[in-house]
Amino acid sequence: MSDDGILEGEFFMNGDEACAEGGISAGCRFFAGYPITPATEVAERMSLRLPQIGGIYIQMEDELASMNAVLGASWAGVKAMTSTSGPGFSLMMENIGLGVMLETPCVVVDVQRAGPSTGLPTLVGQGDMMQAKWGSHGVYELIAVVPSSPQEMFDLTITAFNLSEKYRVPVLIMADEAVGHMSEKVVMRQIAPQELIERRRPTVPPGQYLPYETDSDLVPAMAIAGEGYRFHVTGLTHDERGYPAMTAEAQDRLVRRLVDKIRVNRNDIIRLEEVETQDADVVVCAYGITARVARSAVQQARDEGIRAGLLRMITIWPFAEDRIRELARQVKVFVVPEINYGQIVLEVERCAGGMAKTLLLPHMGGGVHRPGTILEAIRKATQ
Amino acid sequence: MTDVVTVDRNPIDAYLRMERMPHIWCAGCGIGSAVSCFVKAINRAKLDADKIAVVSGIGCTGRVAGYVRLDSFHTTHGRALPFATGLKLGNPELKVVVFSGDGDLVAIGGNHLIHSARRNIDMTVICINNFNYGMTGGQLGPTTPLDARSSTSPYGNFDPPFNLPYLMSASGATYVARWTVIHLRQMERSIAEALVKPGFSFIEVLAPCPTLYGRMNKMGQGIVELRSYQERCVVRNGADPREADIGLSGPIVVGKFVDVNRPTFWDYCTKVLNKAQKKR
Repeated sequence: MSDDGILEGEFFMNGDEACAEGGISAGCRFFAGYPITPATEVAERMSLRLPQIGGIYIQMEDELASMNAVLGASWAGVKAMTSTSGPGFSLMMENIGLGVMLETPCVVVDVQRAGPSTGLPTLVGQGDMMQAKWGSHGVYELIAVVPSSPQEMFDLTITAFNLSEKYRVPVLIMADEAVGHMSEKVVMRQIAPQELIERRRPTVPPGQYLPYETDSDLVPAMAIAGEGYRFHVTGLTHDERGYPAMTAEAQDRLVRRLVDKIRVNRNDIIRLEEVETQDADVVVCAYGITARVARSAVQQARDEGIRAGLLRMITIWPFAEDRIRELARQVKVFVVPEINYGQIVLEVERCAGGMAKTLLLPHMGGGVHRPGTILEAIRKATQ
Repeated sequence: MTDVVTVDRNPIDAYLRMERMPHIWCAGCGIGSAVSCFVKAINRAKLDADKIAVVSGIGCTGRVAGYVRLDSFHTTHGRALPFATGLKLGNPELKVVVFSGDGDLVAIGGNHLIHSARRNIDMTVICINNFNYGMTGGQLGPTTPLDARSSTSPYGNFDPPFNLPYLMSASGATYVARWTVIHLRQMERSIAEALVKPGFSFIEVLAPCPTLYGRMNKMGQGIVELRSYQERCVVRNGADPREADIGLSGPIVVGKFVDVNRPTFWDYCTKVLNKAQKKR
């Protein structure tokens, strides 16, 4: 541990704990949470670690409260996060939308379990992938990343904070129970201050500040409470002053910008890992724990002489449509294993646009795919 | 010959977003009077307005955040309190005020209300109680008196209401008062006291809604409802909050019910922070 209480070195810990440490390394100093399996260890780790470094851990009365406390803390100028699983993620949805509308940097971790409803609290699922994109009402875009290992739970939490500060948007970490609960080596390197992105702050004096005035980068400068700017922000459709503007024109102007600030910058946001895709006839598109199984299946297929590849989606929203469209011209089949009954496969199919076939390998949850199942699908796809 | 009369700006204009006037509230609505008392109380308490943040939820009173020239947040329905909790803990130097309505704070936000009081988070809540949901057209709420008519209790309300001073007192608030919008001086003094009182302070303000609640219960114009406050209200500072039920008729007990001291959330929290940092 360094003098400031930030961990450095090699550790053996589970994904949930690594996620908490990633938050701390990213500068998170406020965590509001509510216990829920299999995400509880994130909160427990934060309750242990944040007080040591002068941060605040608060256990709220429910997930609606957690989400709002995180937004409030962010407007006080503190990097803030929360963690949950399916049922709590559902409860957070309305206020994730408030975070989008107020353009509030924050990080929300969903350690997915199998649903619907209470489902299988202790067992893995990947059924919240579409909810991550569409779960709050109205028209918006946000950012979601998917870790595949405890190491990535650490690394991607830092990435998530950086993206959220840069684009002033809630960033979701769509983990799963398997990644959250598995213990592996996690290397926590020293994060240099210049690696951490901080929200752009206003440079004009209070009288001249407009909370939602933007230039070409579409992301406004953010004042924080108590600095004398005396700004107003609202979940209502608003103008550059932050004041309610109840017209279709104001709605068009605001919503276009909220969506475009993500879409226009997608190449900066999207992270992918590709394995042997250069000459592939069949590409497995996978994410989270499922990508680790897929990697093994792709390797076995290569050993059999099948030209198989893996596209691992690290960023899931915004979706990597440019790359999938490009690959669709080359490959014959996309195989999409996921622990749900078909969510991301719909996006792959849309982007493939009929140029390549798409094959869903569903798993209803409570376990992960066997490499053999994916291998069998790869074999069939190339016959 | 015409005399030219120069009128100075009202001193409270500095605390209001005058460019947003006229406001959306109906003629005869009581919310504006409470806002006026609030900004005068800021003056009275000699607070630095740059360090005050106002958080509102949704509804007629939810619009208050948009009219005060302070750092102000218009959040989602029922969630002003947890948002305010994050804001306060993120920057304990801030004076955080939650200004919202009875439906927002007590029905959809009721869980947050009791938990914020239990924690004794250092903030002031001003709860306008107009006995119904105004913004959506006068439905019954958690404070609608028994037998009162509303757009969703057309035969009279059979859903018993909360007694807010009793609820807040039992939940742990350190300061609890109730006034109506005819008690302007008392309300202003109460808000000023609450603003500097450490811990969770709660002020219920009864306000007429002549457009909906008043009309549906044949109370006449706003002024008539105000007159009924004058007739019905009994000032009893220090009264037992259990005696503060409000019926469709009969006396209304107003005054300061609770003014006690107990450690705030921050007091407990800083002790633990110090301990944890020493252990590191």
